[in-house]
Amino acid sequence: MTARVQAKDFDLAAELAGFGGKASGAIVTFTGIVRDNNSADLLAMEIEHYPAMTQSALEGIEAEARRRWRLDDCLIVHRYGRLQPGARIMMVATASAHRADAFEAAEFLMDYLKSRAPFWKKEITTAGETWVESKATDEAALERW
Amino acid sequence: MIDVVYFAWVRERVGLPKEQVETTATTIAELVEELRAREDRYALAFSDMKAIRVALDQRLVDLDTPLAGAREVAFFPPMTGG
Repeated sequence: MTARVQAKDFDLAAELAGFGGKASGAIVTFTGIVRDNNSADLLAMEIEHYPAMTQSALEGIEAEARRRWRLDDCLIVHRYGRLQPGARIMMVATASAHRADAFEAAEFLMDYLKSRAPFWKKEITTAGETWVESKATDEAALERW
Repeated sequence: MIDVVYFAWVRERVGLPKEQVETTATTIAELVEELRAREDRYALAFSDMKAIRVALDQRLVDLDTPLAGAREVAFFPPMTGG
């Protein structure tokens, strides 16, 4: 059970080595990637965070997932700093006896990381810099839990 | 005296990431009013409080939360993690 915030990249295979346990019949992973914007002029994505709060926020979200589902293991890794298009931003992994718990918990983690973890994304494009705005659908996504 | 920290476009509008503020405010909302009255840059940063989220000692709270005993208040836009 781990939650980490870091500037450096992560390796999915290395993160999953030894993940879960003998009773884990399902491991679900999600990886978020910096994608180009609709104008196809993205130079970089700058991710700012609130260092004093981020770790505890991630741990709180992870603890809530473990409370709601039967998880053998759970991992959150979230990066900050200046990331190039195509770079990995973050990942979650969940391990459970069955896939339903693993899938649902992973979706829950993603929904909460999106709007309850203190990160802010700024797009650096050839036309200038723009803060990514939160969407009403992100907030609405929390209501199903 | 309370530490006030700003993130993302709130930080850019205020023009600094962190400062210590001498205040008589009893709630976060009162602190916002004090800051707004100080200078235009605060008025600009806090022109639409619906677009602002607040954390008190690193916990998300509402604007009407009392400041009593808190060390750090943070102002930032809705989060965009993931």
